[in-house]
Amino acid sequence: MTSQVSSPADKTDGALAGEPCTPATENGAGKEVRRLDRVIIRFAGDSGDGMQLTGDRFTSETASFGNDLSTLPNFPAEIRAPAGTLPGVSSFQLHFADHDILTPGDAPNVLVAMNPAALKANLADVPRGADIIVNTDEFTKRPMAKVGYVTSPLEDGSLEAYNVHPVPLTTLTIEALKDFGLSRKEAERSKNMFALGLLSWMYHRPTESTEAFLRQKFAKKPDIAEANVAAFRAGWNFGETTEDFAVSYEVAPATKAFPTGTYRNISGNLALSYGLVAAGRQADLPVYLGSYPITPASDILHELSKHKNFGVRTFQAEDEIAGIGAALGAAFGGSLAVTTTSGPGVALKSETIGLAVSLELPLLIVDIQRGGPSTGLPTKTEQADLLQAMYGRNGEAPVPIVAPKTPADCFDAALDAARIALSYRTPVFLLSDGYLANGSEPWRIPEVDELPDLRVQFATSANHELADGTEAFWPYKRDAQTLARPWAVPGTPGLEHRIGGIEKQDGTGNISYDPANHDFMVRTRQAKIDGIEVPDLEVDDPSGDADTLVIGWGSTYGPITAAVRRVRRAGGQIAQAHLRHLNPFPGNLGAVLGRYDKVVVPEMNLGQLATLLRAKFLVDAQSHTQVSGMPFKAEQLAAHLEEVMKQGPKEAIND
Amino acid sequence: MTETIAEGAAQIEALSLVPKAEAKQSMKDFKSDQEVRWCPGCGDYAVLAAVQGFMPELGLAKENIVFVSGIGCSSRFPYYMNTYGMHSIHGRAPAIATGLASSRRDLSVWVVTGDGDALSIGGNHLIHALRRNVNLKILLFNNRIYGLTKGQYSPTSEVGKITKSTPMGSLDAPFNPVSLAIGAEASFVARTVDSDRKHLTSVLRQAAAHPGTALVEIYQNCNIFNDGAFEALKDKEKAQEAVIRLEHGQPIRFGAPAEDGLGSKGVVRDPATGDLRIIDVTQEGTAGVLVHDAHNPSPTTAFALSRLADPDTLHHTPIGVLRSVDRPVYDTLMSDQLDAAIEQKGKGDLATLLAGNDTWTVVG
Repeated sequence: MTSQVSSPADKTDGALAGEPCTPATENGAGKEVRRLDRVIIRFAGDSGDGMQLTGDRFTSETASFGNDLSTLPNFPAEIRAPAGTLPGVSSFQLHFADHDILTPGDAPNVLVAMNPAALKANLADVPRGADIIVNTDEFTKRPMAKVGYVTSPLEDGSLEAYNVHPVPLTTLTIEALKDFGLSRKEAERSKNMFALGLLSWMYHRPTESTEAFLRQKFAKKPDIAEANVAAFRAGWNFGETTEDFAVSYEVAPATKAFPTGTYRNISGNLALSYGLVAAGRQADLPVYLGSYPITPASDILHELSKHKNFGVRTFQAEDEIAGIGAALGAAFGGSLAVTTTSGPGVALKSETIGLAVSLELPLLIVDIQRGGPSTGLPTKTEQADLLQAMYGRNGEAPVPIVAPKTPADCFDAALDAARIALSYRTPVFLLSDGYLANGSEPWRIPEVDELPDLRVQFATSANHELADGTEAFWPYKRDAQTLARPWAVPGTPGLEHRIGGIEKQDGTGNISYDPANHDFMVRTRQAKIDGIEVPDLEVDDPSGDADTLVIGWGSTYGPITAAVRRVRRAGGQIAQAHLRHLNPFPGNLGAVLGRYDKVVVPEMNLGQLATLLRAKFLVDAQSHTQVSGMPFKAEQLAAHLEEVMKQGPKEAIND
Repeated sequence: MTETIAEGAAQIEALSLVPKAEAKQSMKDFKSDQEVRWCPGCGDYAVLAAVQGFMPELGLAKENIVFVSGIGCSSRFPYYMNTYGMHSIHGRAPAIATGLASSRRDLSVWVVTGDGDALSIGGNHLIHALRRNVNLKILLFNNRIYGLTKGQYSPTSEVGKITKSTPMGSLDAPFNPVSLAIGAEASFVARTVDSDRKHLTSVLRQAAAHPGTALVEIYQNCNIFNDGAFEALKDKEKAQEAVIRLEHGQPIRFGAPAEDGLGSKGVVRDPATGDLRIIDVTQEGTAGVLVHDAHNPSPTTAFALSRLADPDTLHHTPIGVLRSVDRPVYDTLMSDQLDAAIEQKGKGDLATLLAGNDTWTVVG
């Protein structure tokens, strides 16, 4: 089991596990305990095996222990794909460390394979020398034949390069639960908790929270709760007693990685939901969510529907169009309006987004991007909606775009998107993705009084003097600085007005087909978005001598930053920048791009940001793309960056 | 924007939360400064005048009235009302109005739509608004044609209609909007005619008072592309035989007056099939004639009444309120859940929410 030990000097995300081990100690049971600085574990099994739950629990234990962590749930779109098949494999990868880390890791140090399909589907990602814990009970003729194993990989030598731990998980679980009077099938279902217990022992995880969790989850079925607790403990005890597991590991809390504060573990969708609730409070406006269920965005609808005591209204609409329609109606009425969806839903909402652009009302459009086109890969990640968000409407219909970079950052990004929507009276895209949505990391819980003030002033009185001296309310008379129009909500006496999707006369908002007025209005709407205040782009260029800049947006932040660390550790000089605002771009972006000979743009699409950068700044941005539905691996990305850095300025070739 | 008016029961008067006007209003108060741009002779003028004329009766603060429309000739309506208004996009007005009404119970929200807007591109939103029973008043101007796009057949056009897009006649069977609404669980369904100001106003009055979604189908003449579509219901002589005027609590009689002064035709239930049929009361007597019950919880009879009309000739077209029943109102229920959540969990505290249950502290 030495494979898991990495040298303290090699604190790089996704680095291959290093050689030397720190001094071993012995615990009370006479077993060796080793210290590691980081570990990557992957739980893999059938869709029905409860791997996501197992991973969530291990994550929770790890978070409360104080490690830094990053997770990657990976599951099929089918709720229960045919049992034992490759398409039915569901996995959960967790990277945890005693220092700050940025990604869920490239390659697992430990693979838990609940069946032959899980082994086969995941083996290619497991480096030689890693530990593989297999449920031997499932390695019988039929399950193996189902995935094309002619001989047992546990016996035919094909796993010789790995440290295989054969454990009859099913048998042991059934044995542990024999006094519970459960059927074989019922007892078998707790085998994931047995596995969790075993891994919790191996890594010295605190167990109280999992036991409490199980008792709460099965509060109505105390027998099942106790059976799961018993299986969990049996797994722990199995590790403690069996000789096959001779070593356990400690990964110290990442105390130095974090600034002072109170922390919790949080997923992107949860952080985003909290950001919306917080935005409502900071704006002193009721939140109204109009939404239609869609993977991977539905969790936001679920979460917000729990917070009615914050005055949050959630409306599950008949379709995507009604979801945004209701939100827009609520915006007209003075709510902080939100619609949540994924790429296919954005396509359906496009016309209403155009209406919101024309009405100039605040509206948040949350797009949790997934693999496309069409239905695509509902449960996998991608960044291929950037150009849809940017341009996917009829007419000139500019919409600001904000993109979070990590799961916890979804909170701040939601507040920022709300700020723009409310101050500039405009729909705003918040572009998250499946990787951020379901992945999790520690989050320093902000103090509520640190949060930005988002309060807005509704119009309350006439704003224009007519030629004859009478006072009038002009719904399209703009603020000189922001170009925002007044937000006059129904119920305000004297400000009765009509707005609509037909072109409006500047100022009065009355229907106008005048050519010059249309030209003016199109340019003014664009100028309003172009003039949105966004902070300058920060560049991380420690030496100041780099001639290559790597620039990304959204969830690639983790892998890009991890890759940059690798490059620098190997002596390379490279600059890094990450865009939160895709529309408008930061004011200094052109100057930043101009400072570097080579600009590399890694994206999980076919080069959408690169296209925008080239078009806007005439920069020879090199696109580096991956659309596998999975995040970049730091090691591969680092290798690419090093490749680019070796090229002369003219040799750069896009791939 | 938060509501301050507390009330317990889900069943409330539709307008009880809407502030009242401080002074007496007139029709003029509801006319905007915009020039009305419908074709001369369009039936929409009559409906606009009826609505503007009837609004003062409600006595509501006009800043708390909102008209939301989709796309089509009738959807220009909000521009002509001196209230708040939104001319939105094709078919989506019920969805937009649902968001407005369910977040602002102090507003009286009206939807103006047409047969293409409500039943073709927006069919989904219409049926779902009806089943939810959102506090909306939907005025569906049915002219059985697409006017704004210059004369294609609509989802209410009769089969075989010759139009620009159907030179050999349309193939699709039409919707009967009243039947559709009853099938979609509507709690209030009525039909009226643009040219009958008195009837139109009386139906609007009942719709306005209804808690929940009220659907009012208004037969409206398009004198450019489908002139005379409802002539059978308007021609004094023909109308007597063609129109069945429904009034709650009154026997369903129509046609030339019989000796008792009521119509000589009556609607009875066929005991064998349970279906409705029309009899000559001078021959068969009045004993079996149905008394109209708009408040019947079962929609069966209302639906059967809606099927009496011949889709081609419009003979035996019932007008008036076919159905008006009390059902929990969506926006009230939604608001009640917010109150219940506060009662159960206390008013939300952001710091507590953000902290969750499972935290750890890093000391510098």
